[in-house]
Amino acid sequence: MSHIRKQSEYEKTFASKFFQWLGGEKDSFTGNMEMRPQKEYMEEEATIEERMKDRQQALAEVYDSVHNKELLFFNKLYKCFSIVFCIAIVAVLIYTVSYLPSVGAEDKPTNNIVSDTYITNGLEDTGAVNIVTGMILSYRAFDTFGETNVLFIATCCVMIMLMVDEKELSKNKDSNDRIFEPKNDAILQVIATLLVPIVFLFGIYIILNGHLSPGGGFSGGAMIGAGMILYVAAFGFEKTGRFFNENVYKCVKVTALICYGCIVTYYFLTGANGFESLIPLGTPGKILSGGITLPINIFVGSEVACTMYAFYALFRRGGL
Amino acid sequence: MVMEWVRFLIVIFFVLFGMSIFFLEIFGVYRFRFVLNRMQIAATGDTLGIGLCLVGLMAANGFNWATAKMALVIVFLWCASPVSSHMIARMECATDETLLSNCRVVTLEEVEREAKEEGEGKDGDI
Repeated sequence: MSHIRKQSEYEKTFASKFFQWLGGEKDSFTGNMEMRPQKEYMEEEATIEERMKDRQQALAEVYDSVHNKELLFFNKLYKCFSIVFCIAIVAVLIYTVSYLPSVGAEDKPTNNIVSDTYITNGLEDTGAVNIVTGMILSYRAFDTFGETNVLFIATCCVMIMLMVDEKELSKNKDSNDRIFEPKNDAILQVIATLLVPIVFLFGIYIILNGHLSPGGGFSGGAMIGAGMILYVAAFGFEKTGRFFNENVYKCVKVTALICYGCIVTYYFLTGANGFESLIPLGTPGKILSGGITLPINIFVGSEVACTMYAFYALFRRGGL
Repeated sequence: MVMEWVRFLIVIFFVLFGMSIFFLEIFGVYRFRFVLNRMQIAATGDTLGIGLCLVGLMAANGFNWATAKMALVIVFLWCASPVSSHMIARMECATDETLLSNCRVVTLEEVEREAKEEGEGKDGDI
């Protein structure tokens, strides 16, 4: 039989401390760690004078390029050696170039089994008509996963550095010069209402058609992000806040990354162990084909779009 | 055969005209010292130069879907480029403290009032 714990008992448990820390109610460092306010660095008069005297002496004696013979000799030697060094590097590079295979030679090391396999077996293995997208999202899905993680970590770092606390901002309003920027430009708003839907539509088309035609998640996502930036520049953050705020950003970004990770893990597990993959490849050329290429394109696209928009928003006003 | 030559000459005319505008743009961007002058010449290249070059390429390409796409690109650029120049000019007006020593600033109300005083049929330039 379960019973309700007392509040004082609950506060001692790990779970309560953890959720307090997660919610930002209690900082586990305050009280447990010695903290001192930093002193402003002040230099004494005597040290300043000594420093200036040393500097004057150095300028007069050591860097006297007319009378100091050692310095003159060193300068000449420096010029000679720099010329010799440059000539040596140029010679070595030209000597290396003479060993490279000529352009278009058949026995070049780049014409190896890897590119042959990609070109001949690409459509059969991945189901994507666009070989490049099929290659980077299935043969090299792990590499692309790393790239997506890089985007995620980059936005996290920018958020750590540039995120502005709303409470701090309301305390001293003089530090906020963002309110002075020109807003609600009529010309920009008219053009944005015309262009933003087209930009969004084209970005979505490029993402969804990534396995059939040139494009894919990265380029389509960049396009959607640019459309969102144009929308914000024209109408301000209040209007974008209705469909894209910090919570939506977190959900989209984390969901995209987790789903991508799961799909790639499943794909590699079945592929490496020789199991039958449950994801159908479909008929090449149809919109619903390409196996894992289409869902991964969607996830990469949403990740890139969020990254672009987050960079712009964080640099412009320090928040999403 | 004659039509081919005419088309070729049209293409040459438009592309060379566009390229000369581009040359003027690059020259002007490095030559001018004031922001709004540079903005103006850059906007000229981005609209007129690209427009003329694309018209020449459309004439060279004949009548097909690629030509239609190029026309769409022209529409897109002519929408976007002047607006971006306008935003640059507006930012310059908002941030530059020495603006009045470099150029004359006229508000829209003043222009309308002047136009009323001078009578109809004359547009004031800003």
